[in-house]
Amino acid sequence: MSVTVDVAVVGAGPAGLAAAVAAAEAGARVAVVDAGNQPGGQFWRHAPETVQRQAADVQADGHGHHGWNTYLDLRARFDAAQHAGRITYLPGLQVWMAERSEDGFVLRTTPAVASAGAAPVTVTADRLVLCPGGYDRQLPVPGWDLPGVLAAGGIQAFIKANGVLPGKRFVIAGTGPFLLPVAAGIAEAGGKVLAVLESSAPSAWLPHLAAASGVPGKALEGAEYAAAFARHRIPYRTRSIVTEVLGSDRASGVRTARVDPAGRVRPGTERVYGDVDVVGFGWGFTPQMELPVSLGVETRLDADGSLVGVVDDRQQSSVPGLYLAGEVTGVGGATLAVLEGLAAGAAAARPDPGVPVKPPAAIARHRRFAQAMHQAHPVPAAWQDWLTPDTTVCRCEEVTAGDITEAREDLGARDVRSLKSFTRAGMGWCQGRVCGFAAACLGAGPGEAPGAGSLAGSAKRPLAAPVGIGELAALDG
Amino acid sequence: MNFGNGPRGSDVLVMGAGVIGAATAYFAAQQGLSVTVLDKGLPASGTSSACEGNILVSDKELGPELELTRYSLGVWHNDLAEHKKLWEFESKGGIIVASRESSLASLNRVMAVQKGFGVDVEELDQAALREAEPHISPEALGGASYREDCQVQPMLVAAHLVRLATEAGARFIADTPVTGFMRDGGRVTGVRTPRGDFPAGAVVNCTGTWAGELAAMAGVEVPVLPRRGFVMVTEPLPPMVHHKVYAAEYIDNVGSSDAGLQASPVVEGTPSGTILIGSTRERVGFDRTVSTAALGLLARNATALFPFLERVKAIRHYHGFRPYCPDHLPVIGHDDRAPGLWHAAGHEGAGIGLSAGTGKLLAQALAGLTPDLDLTPFAPARFGEARPQTASREEATA
Amino acid sequence: MNPQPVTITFDGRPLTAAAGQSVGAALASQGVTAWRSTRKGGRPRGLFCGIGVCFDCLVTVDGETNQRACLVEVCEGMEVEGS
Ligand SMILES: Cc1cc2nc3c(=O)[nH]c(=O)nc-3n(C[C@H](O)[C@H](O)[C@H](O)COP(=O)(O)OP(=O)(O)OC[C@H]3O[C@@H](n4cnc5c(N)ncnc54)[C@H](O)[C@@H]3O)c2cc1C
Ligand SMILES: Cc1cc2nc3c(=O)[nH]c(=O)nc-3n(C[C@H](O)[C@H](O)[C@H](O)COP(=O)(O)OP(=O)(O)OC[C@H]3O[C@@H](n4cnc5c(N)ncnc54)[C@H](O)[C@@H]3O)c2cc1C
Ligand code: FES
Repeated sequence: MSVTVDVAVVGAGPAGLAAAVAAAEAGARVAVVDAGNQPGGQFWRHAPETVQRQAADVQADGHGHHGWNTYLDLRARFDAAQHAGRITYLPGLQVWMAERSEDGFVLRTTPAVASAGAAPVTVTADRLVLCPGGYDRQLPVPGWDLPGVLAAGGIQAFIKANGVLPGKRFVIAGTGPFLLPVAAGIAEAGGKVLAVLESSAPSAWLPHLAAASGVPGKALEGAEYAAAFARHRIPYRTRSIVTEVLGSDRASGVRTARVDPAGRVRPGTERVYGDVDVVGFGWGFTPQMELPVSLGVETRLDADGSLVGVVDDRQQSSVPGLYLAGEVTGVGGATLAVLEGLAAGAAAARPDPGVPVKPPAAIARHRRFAQAMHQAHPVPAAWQDWLTPDTTVCRCEEVTAGDITEAREDLGARDVRSLKSFTRAGMGWCQGRVCGFAAACLGAGPGEAPGAGSLAGSAKRPLAAPVGIGELAALDG
Repeated sequence: MNFGNGPRGSDVLVMGAGVIGAATAYFAAQQGLSVTVLDKGLPASGTSSACEGNILVSDKELGPELELTRYSLGVWHNDLAEHKKLWEFESKGGIIVASRESSLASLNRVMAVQKGFGVDVEELDQAALREAEPHISPEALGGASYREDCQVQPMLVAAHLVRLATEAGARFIADTPVTGFMRDGGRVTGVRTPRGDFPAGAVVNCTGTWAGELAAMAGVEVPVLPRRGFVMVTEPLPPMVHHKVYAAEYIDNVGSSDAGLQASPVVEGTPSGTILIGSTRERVGFDRTVSTAALGLLARNATALFPFLERVKAIRHYHGFRPYCPDHLPVIGHDDRAPGLWHAAGHEGAGIGLSAGTGKLLAQALAGLTPDLDLTPFAPARFGEARPQTASREEATA
Repeated sequence: MNPQPVTITFDGRPLTAAAGQSVGAALASQGVTAWRSTRKGGRPRGLFCGIGVCFDCLVTVDGETNQRACLVEVCEGMEVEGS
């Protein structure tokens, strides 16, 4: 099947929903492709709508969601535009390739789940808005490959979508304000959070910062989490990390330690938490950059060290007709993603750049806040010291830190690309999505942060999703 | 040979650290020559990291190419035997499959001739073929088994040969593009780079698809052109394909200069469980746009050989540019038109397999010895005195 | 919101799950944390990223190999096998 529209949107999270609604309401014919089965993306993930539900359930879905009313509003407008035939919604499909055509773009898709029966659709559009979001950024640590270790966001997603918990006793570790809603969500759902370990020490000044940047809402959110932590007696330990996940066939505990500002372990501060069945790690987020990179957009390093796309005041990338919104322009949370999506959708619907636009002041404010947040929650410079030579770095191909050090020191591998060639790190199923950032750091060497070139090499995934060879064989070219 | 031995000088300066430059440096160092290797990037940053690692005897035309191939195979097995593990050397054997009566007939003709030249080839009837490759298409009529065919991991070959060369005294300098040549009259006496000049008694051009540009800088024509190839990688699976399996039409494609898109399936399992599906051949300059036509063709050809692939997923594809000369022979040896300049380039779709032999033969010549194999058929002077020409490229890294 | 239960089988034994749950959630909430072993080291693996990115959670669903357990929704009679 194929669909031809004015504007194609990839992603139906906060950014994609907003972009689709804005473009449709500005008069464009829009197609939205999303891997999920229902709108919401990561942030507004909720229980499956296929299961018989009552109105109260929809409100209940909002439990623990910030900005749920924004979602309900966007969703109503999205559904209305769909009914009016302005939006073609294509859920359950992953874009495996985005190509530039003579005067626009072509998206090739494949079912996200084989048995779900969505047939591949080819979307042709004059303009394209990419809102593919991101995923939890990970730093390897001994034992992180044991079952029971999950991405912090993965735990959140699990609870939101399934209404159950993946375990009983949790330790959450990493850095960033996002650890707070994860822990609060677990506690609200009845789980025991033994500790939240934050490698930085930002809590004292964040509320002030939020107010100063002109996004008081963030201070309010912070206060709510503080209350939830108090209510559930969740210990929040700053300048603390998990140095090892304990267990033989599954996670059963963690060893922790206090660290100095560079992330070096302070001797004598080690401590063990036994009887843990889920460990959640999150070190910020990695924007999903393969589609923007494959289309050749100009990129830069953001304050959190992530590779992101460069956009102008219209959210347009360096590729004419290609707009970016949400995490791929810089990790900044759902509110910013919505603002960017609205701007991108409106611009993509009316691409005439006759009048200069002034982006909403709110976008600038939220970006400033995000930058400050990133600076307050850096990846600790000394994190590579936490590894032992036999710590798994690439989970798919089981490549260890020792393998990578050897390739760097003996064979001169310095970037993700050559590490991949020499060790297979990043060559497996996930194509370096999970280990890419860590491998880039290890290639750069102890204490070093990776450059944009190395991260771009890691984000280069000519297939943005696995695709059936039978489906490829049916391509006419 | 003892030119240019200053602090920056050496007997031999190798430009390019792909498999060819790496092997040349390794064997030159073994000859006791002082060697400097320069690359504009890291080892294996050109075609040698965007290819497959087949060392094939089966697809070679009779004549100089087959001789060089068999010589090279000997070097892999003997001179480099102790290092086999470093680059995952595997003697897995190749199988050519014929699915039409006509291709079976031509395959049988080829086999008869090859046998006459001492190639180790054995005919496979349908039952034997099925036993060797249980998942082969029911349409396959028969085949030929080449036990000498083997494989290596090419990036590891280049990186380890450079490392071994440096352990034998050579010097490797990364991120240093050659931008011009030092001259003494007509003679090439070293190279110029942003990091300064490097004098050398002999300068060897091992820059693959860039070789024409470098030769042009020295005022000579070496027509090395790019031939694009796509390769597809599947999800990791339990062992399903046991040899390198390719279709009989492959042999016709290899020697052809047709500019259009061609592909013959070469399907092989790798130690990591993935299956590589290679590869297309087309002449489109240095165009890097992904071609759905190429992917579709690869997929159709591969499923025709192994129908089970229909339900398997591809997780990646990549492409590289084979460096080829119009007469499909590599250019190896001293360039009499620019004394002091040597070439080892243009190995097309066989550079990995041919690297070991090329490096050893060239090192013998550089050391003033008579090479084990006559290099005359590969001489640069065969391109005459014509004006240098180069192809333009958009971007330089593979 | 406690929808009607469905029954699936995991490696042949029956397992109750809530309609709409993912296969991964159905397994993990019943205490099954690993259902795959790695190729090289034979190490156990289950859910990790939870959102379809890491491919650690692969299972066979009704004969279809290498499906992401975190994305596939359970349905009545579904046969799930580890790998
Ligand atoms: C697992 C997870 C949980 C999170 N939970 C919270 C939370 O509780 N609180 C909080 O403040 N922030 C949370 N975040 C951060 C928050 O999700 C982001 O700030 C926000 O969602 C960004 O919006 P977005 O529209 O850019 O991306 P997303 O919401 O990530 O939406 C992107 C959408 O694009 C789809 N997509 C991506 N690639 C393709 C493709 N190739 N083909 C088709 N579709 C594709 C995805 O499936 C997804 O539906 C979470 C992030 C993650 C990864
Ligand atoms: C899809 C595909 C499949 C293939 N499969 C096989 C196979 O199975 N078996 C086989 O034997 N062969 C195969 N080949 C062919 C093989 O890859 C090539 O013949 C071989 O890699 C060429 O090696 P090289 O060292 O000449 O070139 P390259 O690997 O390209 O090395 C050239 C080097 O020169 C450097 N360089 C360039 N310009 C400069 C400069 N100005 N200064 C300094 N350095 C410079 C580059 O950075 C590069 O590192 C395949 C090729 C392709 C494309
Ligand atoms: S848990 Fe990562 S893909 Fe399913």
